[in-house]
Amino acid sequence: MVLSMGPQHPATHGTLRLVVRLDGERVVAADPVIGYMHRGYEKLTEFRTYPQITTLVNRIDWLSSFANEVPFVHGAERLMEIEAPPRAEYIRTTLTELARIATFLLFLGEMGLQVGAITPPFYGFRDREYVLNLIEGATGGRFHPNFNRIGGLKEDLPWGWVAECRQAMQKVLDSCDEFEDLVVGNPIFEQRTRSIGIIPGSVGASYGVSGSNLRASGVDWDLRRDGEPYLSYRDLDWKVWTHPDGDSFARYWVRLQETRESARMVLQLVDGLPSGPVMAKVPRIVKVPPGEIWVNTENPLGEMGYYLVSKGATGPFRVKIRSASFGNTSILPWLLRGCYVPDIITILASLYFILGDIDR
Amino acid sequence: MPDEQPEGADEQPGDDGPEVAAEDPRALAERETALLASLQAVLGDAIVEHGDACGDLVVRVRPDAWRRAGEVARDELECDYLSFISAIDWTPATRPAGDTSGDTSAPVQPPETTFGVAGSTGRFQVFARVASTRRHWGVTLKCDVAEGDPRAESWVPVYPGADWHERECWEMYGIVFDGHPALRHLYLPSGFEGHPLRKDFPLLAREVKPWPGLVDVEAMPDEAGGDDGGEA
Repeated sequence: MVLSMGPQHPATHGTLRLVVRLDGERVVAADPVIGYMHRGYEKLTEFRTYPQITTLVNRIDWLSSFANEVPFVHGAERLMEIEAPPRAEYIRTTLTELARIATFLLFLGEMGLQVGAITPPFYGFRDREYVLNLIEGATGGRFHPNFNRIGGLKEDLPWGWVAECRQAMQKVLDSCDEFEDLVVGNPIFEQRTRSIGIIPGSVGASYGVSGSNLRASGVDWDLRRDGEPYLSYRDLDWKVWTHPDGDSFARYWVRLQETRESARMVLQLVDGLPSGPVMAKVPRIVKVPPGEIWVNTENPLGEMGYYLVSKGATGPFRVKIRSASFGNTSILPWLLRGCYVPDIITILASLYFILGDIDR
Repeated sequence: MPDEQPEGADEQPGDDGPEVAAEDPRALAERETALLASLQAVLGDAIVEHGDACGDLVVRVRPDAWRRAGEVARDELECDYLSFISAIDWTPATRPAGDTSGDTSAPVQPPETTFGVAGSTGRFQVFARVASTRRHWGVTLKCDVAEGDPRAESWVPVYPGADWHERECWEMYGIVFDGHPALRHLYLPSGFEGHPLRKDFPLLAREVKPWPGLVDVEAMPDEAGGDDGGEA
């Protein structure tokens, strides 16, 4: 039997369609159909100036928009050989980690919902609101901050923000303990997720699976620590979490630990916030010298990268956008083969993709 | 108990090489040289050119060695992770510098054809980025593609994740990947004609209506010549 899930199926978080060939309850083959939300960003970037493009890239992974801007402005900055002031880099790091916490809190709740627990999403949405308020307080936008400028940030943090941030991080840490009690220790949740959708580390890497999904398969690789040094991660005391199992449970567990770790990082960041300007001296009209650069960062969903080709104009000649969810979902045909229908939901939820991040 | 970290994740079998020192900016250049040397040792004269893109190694290989280059990167350089495969069209932008007709909001690119790091022999080029999750290094590989009959060897046998990337590249640039199991549309509807990321494919939204800024000169509803759809 051929079962067509989506593009409007609630478990697909948007417009992903899965054409699943079934033998009884067992999946024989699964073919994801994507592109329902393709907006042609790679083409559009060739028609925009650098400052205009940050608006576009905000909308790739819309849950962690701020994190999408960072590699793009870094690419332009490195080609122009300018550096954002330390305070700007610290605030960028803080907001990136806040975006990660907001993204993961939604996941921690939603994954519960997908396997049949109704309470966690309420907790997730409630606690994410604290973080979104912080992002809105600093940038003016809950979802699409567009706060990065080439050479720094639009403006400094508002008065009183740091104190509010400390309080919110305490709430996030408490919230993580709640999720640990409510979900991780729940026998039904364990039954639905343990040994479901196992990705061996080497297979995951060869498909381009990255981020927490790969770390949940025991691959100890985090671009914040192992990549080209970026932002202020070198100044922080933190650890990379991995889990050897590679199943849906491991992916949930790793993200839960990473949410905690990010909250601790934010606390360190606001404590060590240097003073000074948030914007470097940048010409009024941004022209990037000819050159090529590959910039990649550890975004909440995985490796996000831009291959930027400049010919010295006010806009890029070519931008290849490497988005995390594209790699993470391209393993689906391999991963879904042989599993049962209800496990499809668990696997989709645990891989945690954003449609805009697949389709770009 | 809640903070228990599973065992076994930190073990890296066979990893007895020196730790990658990322603090020293010169270490990167040395690392690059070593990466290039190991590629050259196996690929030999199949490497046409190499270059440095802001500290990253870019290697251009002969088209007939494209898949081999992927295998060597995977096996010799331990690049187990495929970041992406894509292509680039080096034709200068559709609108040449000096053309002020129509939409003038898009950035003007230089009119002459220039090629990027490691060069190119023609219009189309396929490029890919692979990285090592254990060694934390990466390399960008490039390969020229003939303009008349754009083809490249498929990387699906090397990295299974190449499947979607090559389908995207095929529909966006019209580059055929030999050995790909099923080249079919990924993003675009199956009957779509043309290859949108080629430079000679117009951005239709801009052709139909210049954007942005020009909308501001439209007459307001109560002005002469404005439509009567506003408040009476």
